[in-house]
Amino acid sequence: MDAALLNELVRARAEKRAVALATRLTDGIQKLIYLSDKSEENWLIKAIHEVLSSDKGAVVTAPDGAEWFLNPFNPPLRLILVGAVHIAQPLAEIAALTGYDVTVVDPRTSFASPERFPGMTLVTDWPDEAMTALAPDARTAIVTLTHDPKLDDPALQAALRSPAFYVGALGSKKTHAARAARLTEAGFAESDIARIHGPVGLAIGAKSPAEIAISIMAEITETLRT
Amino acid sequence: MTSHDNVLEEAALWLGQGRRVALATVIETWGSAPRPVGSQLAIRDDATFVGSVSGGCIEGDVVTRALETLETGKTELLEYGVSDAMAWQVGLACGGRIRVMVEPVKG
Repeated sequence: MDAALLNELVRARAEKRAVALATRLTDGIQKLIYLSDKSEENWLIKAIHEVLSSDKGAVVTAPDGAEWFLNPFNPPLRLILVGAVHIAQPLAEIAALTGYDVTVVDPRTSFASPERFPGMTLVTDWPDEAMTALAPDARTAIVTLTHDPKLDDPALQAALRSPAFYVGALGSKKTHAARAARLTEAGFAESDIARIHGPVGLAIGAKSPAEIAISIMAEITETLRT
Repeated sequence: MTSHDNVLEEAALWLGQGRRVALATVIETWGSAPRPVGSQLAIRDDATFVGSVSGGCIEGDVVTRALETLETGKTELLEYGVSDAMAWQVGLACGGRIRVMVEPVKG
């Protein structure tokens, strides 16, 4: 690989652009191909789209018989935490360690403070405005943690209107039943509401905020990978 | 908190410091392979490495081969598995088979 190509790849990753590195295995010729590239041959563009959407690299055979290795580099997965509460602190750290871009949303600035979340992206808008701006996609997970319907509900409604791959809401079975009733009232179908993981997290008997964070991160991972 | 997915960033950093660097990438797997296709290892000229291409089973050999590519300047395709002739020394305990591309980064 040329150093210039490596630097361009590192730059694309920093800019969070989806890109794939194509290597012809017969002679080591390499190029970076972006989703917007139109100049490449059709078979290559098609194969690049496949590896980027599946997020899995593959060896493919070109029409001329040469083998190419296509390695996708997607922007990081995202995790949006609504509620800068105690559980959000270890959860933000574990998620960052797992490779997620974490955004913590809470209009209460005493909660969403840089002292409590060093180095994390904090958004202090109301959750509905914040969610509109963040525009969750299919590589985004959303967890509401406030226990306060005023904050959680608008975020959950936005989450259910998005293709987010994981939606979780902290709260007991009783809290979740009340939440489901409110969402039904707001016009959401049963199948929409069923997307919400509530009570949130895998049942591992977690007690402390860090343990609960582990159970949530484990459930997000399970949803992503299985 | 940093993620553990910064192999290329580390490689670029080393290059910027004037070091020579090679990359190893899992390009194909068969059976139960420890790391998926696309997993990478960056190797510095003093044999320091970050990342992984297996659970630690073959990294030693890959690092040696990577240092060789720094001398030859040539990309190499390597295959590892239990059926490999070298399996007594270097192989995958899990029984899978993997193909690894090792390449020098040219400044």
